[in-house]
Amino acid sequence: MDIIAALMDGLWIAVQPHNLALAVIGVVVGLFVGALPGLGSVNGVAILLPFTFVINEATADPAAPMIFLAAIYYGAMYGGAISSITLGIPGASTAVATTFDGRPMALKGQADRALVTAAIASFIGGTVATLFFTGFAPALSAVALDFGNPEIFALMLLAFATFVGLGGDDIPKTLFSIFFGLLLATVGFDTISGEPRLIFFNDREQAAVMEAVGASTDAVPFFDSVGWFSRGIQFLVLAIGVYGIGEMLWTINASRYKITMSETTISGRRILSGIAGMRDAWKGTTIGSLLGFFVGILPAAGATPGSLMAYGVAKMTSRNPRSYGEGNPDGVAAPEAANNSASTGAMLPMMTLGIPGSPTTAVLLAGMVIWGLEPGPRLFEDRPEFVWPLIGSFYISNLVAVLVNLAFIPLFLAVLRMPFTILAPVIFVLSVIGTYAAYDNMYDVWLMVLFGIGAYFLRILDYPLAPAVLAVVLGTTAEEKMRQSLLLSDGDFAIFWNPFFDRDGKGQEWWIAPVTTWIALVLIALPVILWAVRTKRARRVAA
Amino acid sequence: MRRAEFVTATLLALLSVYLMWKAGEGPEWDTEYVHWANTGINIDGSGPGKGFWPFYLALGMLVSCLWILVNAIRRASPPSRSEEPFLDGYAKRMLLLVGGGLVGFLILIDLVGMYAAIAVFMLYYMLILGRHPLALSLATSVVVPFWLYLFFDIVMTKVQPKGLRWIEDAIYTPAGEFFRGQPLLVIALFFLVSGAVLAVTARRARY
Amino acid sequence: MRLFKTLTFSAAAFGMTLAATAASAFEPSKPIDFVIMAGKGGGADKMARLMQSIVEQEEMTSVPLVPTNKSGGSGAEALNYMKNVNDPDHTIMVTLNSFYTTPLRQPGLKVDSMAFAPVARMAEDTFVLWVHKDEGIETFEEFLTEVRARGNKWVMGGTGKNSEDNIITDHLNEAYGLDIKYIPYKGGGAVAKDLAGKQIQSSVNNPSEALGFYESGDVVPIVAFTNERLPMFPDTPTHNEVSDGDDFAYFMQRSVVGAPGMSDEAQAYYTDLFTQVFESDAWQKYKNDKSLMGEFMSGEDLTTYWGEQIVNHETILKASGAIQ
Repeated sequence: MDIIAALMDGLWIAVQPHNLALAVIGVVVGLFVGALPGLGSVNGVAILLPFTFVINEATADPAAPMIFLAAIYYGAMYGGAISSITLGIPGASTAVATTFDGRPMALKGQADRALVTAAIASFIGGTVATLFFTGFAPALSAVALDFGNPEIFALMLLAFATFVGLGGDDIPKTLFSIFFGLLLATVGFDTISGEPRLIFFNDREQAAVMEAVGASTDAVPFFDSVGWFSRGIQFLVLAIGVYGIGEMLWTINASRYKITMSETTISGRRILSGIAGMRDAWKGTTIGSLLGFFVGILPAAGATPGSLMAYGVAKMTSRNPRSYGEGNPDGVAAPEAANNSASTGAMLPMMTLGIPGSPTTAVLLAGMVIWGLEPGPRLFEDRPEFVWPLIGSFYISNLVAVLVNLAFIPLFLAVLRMPFTILAPVIFVLSVIGTYAAYDNMYDVWLMVLFGIGAYFLRILDYPLAPAVLAVVLGTTAEEKMRQSLLLSDGDFAIFWNPFFDRDGKGQEWWIAPVTTWIALVLIALPVILWAVRTKRARRVAA
Repeated sequence: MRRAEFVTATLLALLSVYLMWKAGEGPEWDTEYVHWANTGINIDGSGPGKGFWPFYLALGMLVSCLWILVNAIRRASPPSRSEEPFLDGYAKRMLLLVGGGLVGFLILIDLVGMYAAIAVFMLYYMLILGRHPLALSLATSVVVPFWLYLFFDIVMTKVQPKGLRWIEDAIYTPAGEFFRGQPLLVIALFFLVSGAVLAVTARRARY
Repeated sequence: MRLFKTLTFSAAAFGMTLAATAASAFEPSKPIDFVIMAGKGGGADKMARLMQSIVEQEEMTSVPLVPTNKSGGSGAEALNYMKNVNDPDHTIMVTLNSFYTTPLRQPGLKVDSMAFAPVARMAEDTFVLWVHKDEGIETFEEFLTEVRARGNKWVMGGTGKNSEDNIITDHLNEAYGLDIKYIPYKGGGAVAKDLAGKQIQSSVNNPSEALGFYESGDVVPIVAFTNERLPMFPDTPTHNEVSDGDDFAYFMQRSVVGAPGMSDEAQAYYTDLFTQVFESDAWQKYKNDKSLMGEFMSGEDLTTYWGEQIVNHETILKASGAIQ
């Protein structure tokens, strides 16, 4: 039993003092971030990712930074429920479904019971998902070394095929967001040709402008286009801009700094009776734990749809669906178990295939690349000293999270009373200093703020920005792998779809890339086919 | 909001056209380059050029924008049906005060360095936007950058910008000399004491 | 107020020391900006961070060395930054061969490599030709036969276009009439991994990049592009031994330079600092473990070396058509 031995080693490293401390700090930070209205796991992880570069340098342990971020991720899943229940405002999009029954419970004076149910359900969901993760991940990565450039490009294609579902109803706006994200990823220096590209307002353009206004061109370059764009648009610049600045502006405008809260008292005895009350919520917990994981591992799904689906399924299968929305504990347990389960599930494709399932995992993916790890099929093979302590930490973080959550509920309630006009500038300051710490560069800080303000406008007009954030992460790899493959095949696209294409002059067959490509193409074509069938049927009916 | 939907989509479409043109550009040092030459899908049997991917992505952006415009004309998207203003009075004021504050913050970083700029920004936000008591605003806007300073510059040596040379020499250099010489325990003490000061002020101000 | 007093006091004390020492020698008064001309996680980055940790552990400076990565535009971003830096006495940079090739390829940058202060050459990294063990190739002769037989289906992976790896591949193609296909990657680590996974057929990785897969037995060294055999691979011949008169050795400099405009006193200080780093046990061990070569070099010698290298690279890049 290789897996068990590896897991035990991993658990041992995960409970080392520095890792345990990071898990605790991460969980606490995550709980706060998740509990604060408007901020979710992705905001927390994006704003704090730069801090992990520092952790990475300070501890020699490769898993330490990721343990910290994964703990934030979990903590936020737990924390989201706190504001959903006591404020009636979802702390994060992943906790939207928790408000449906959590808020009515709080209004009935059962806020404490709702909070405890949410915490326990989260714990069960997270632990079940971690068990699944431990079983599935090594199997998925067993095909590891077979993944070359064409295979990875095919995987990227598969990921993009699933992105369209991420953006909501407005298809052109989602497409725009994907294209825009992919395009941002091409700015800077092109590896394959060794030439700069999309250097905006470069010396040539500056000279043209100077000539157009009739000024002398001696002052060119007056704008440091090399400094601004030659390193490319860094992923975090967009992610922090969107989630640190844009979302914050939006929340300020929507809430006008005013948030009211229902009073809650929590004591040891109430927690115990809340735990005993879990027998009313076992069904929701079970549904949430299982469904959440499998929705979570779908690329581009993530925890938000996972928790909404779990709520829906729990309600549908209930003997008493009418009680949902009136304060049914199952209605709190299902989405909470699901969002924790899904957040673990979403890490599976991220770590084994290099495909992020959600904006949060996209940030984690970018972080891993910066720490010098290469997420993808070979990660388990190449870096067991990273993977297993991390999996071990999933178990530990869950345990820490449920304990911290139960112990500190009163404290979180106190923090939620903190005026938003103190919180907001702190978030802005962390965004700015975090971006600078990540890239040592004021240009990137400026770009971050400009993206943030732009994101605010687009947000008002319902442009989904999560696809853009995901696309920036995958864009560079997708293009690079495509062009490397085509260099290999002398520009022949058959390398992607034809398993009999001869790559190395030895006449081997390559099946992984073509199969993946065909699945992706079908997934891309599917909406079009469905649409065609539907119109045809509609016509027939009309006739 | 209907007008904003049209204006935004049109601006983004123009941006896409610029990006398409920009994708076909050659390196600045290559004087013999012909525009668009690197957007081909298979150049000399070595696959797509460096302009291929950005060009077609920008084309995709353009098509999406036109589609958005068509939807807006047909009133198929929620913003194009909305009667509400794109930015109401509150939003405009908020954007001016908060967004303007952020831009001012960034400009200040270049002049007085990261930490002093944070102090000014925090003070501005808490006092003018938050209308918090002066004592609390002052305490927060000193303690928060001080914490960040201890964390980034001293403990982690992740040095932040220091502004103009004379400001750097007058404030940051001596401060650095002082704090870098201290053992970690003393730094932790500074951290905790300043935190306590903040907590006491907050309690006095009844938060 | 206590804090304030201490602050002003130490400021005053510091002012006095500054006045006292200004005449004699340079001593850094604030953290030193340690620019790395490459991205995080690569070979150059690891080496720079090793230098920084040696300086820190041995407490060679009173102020910290702060590493900052400026990887944009194959070094263009770093060179441009160094050219415009506002305090040249506190800014140094770790460079590679892109120190010469980038200004040659991008004249628009208006960067003069010779204007940088020659602080120290810490090592020269070496290049070795690697193939996967399943190819069954052991000698350079067998390599040439197999590559010729495979035509343009033989793939060499390397770091970046027109880079060191590309230069070596071009040379092999030209000198032996081969048709090796060169595929640029982002970093040496990715190249090494794809060679181990048999996605490419050969690489010219630095020993430090391929070491892991060499030790696990996945990849085999064929020839080293050095003048003498590498101590770590005593059975691997140098290219010149087996090439029948085609002399070709190629190295990657690992040097520390000061920003243009650095004062002579500061330059002397940093040269002295990096002499200490060079002589430290940790650095010598690293040099041996990773098969680095090259003696310590600084000042005039280093400038002369750069002059030769620039001419050399200009010839190579012109021959391959990368510059006119």
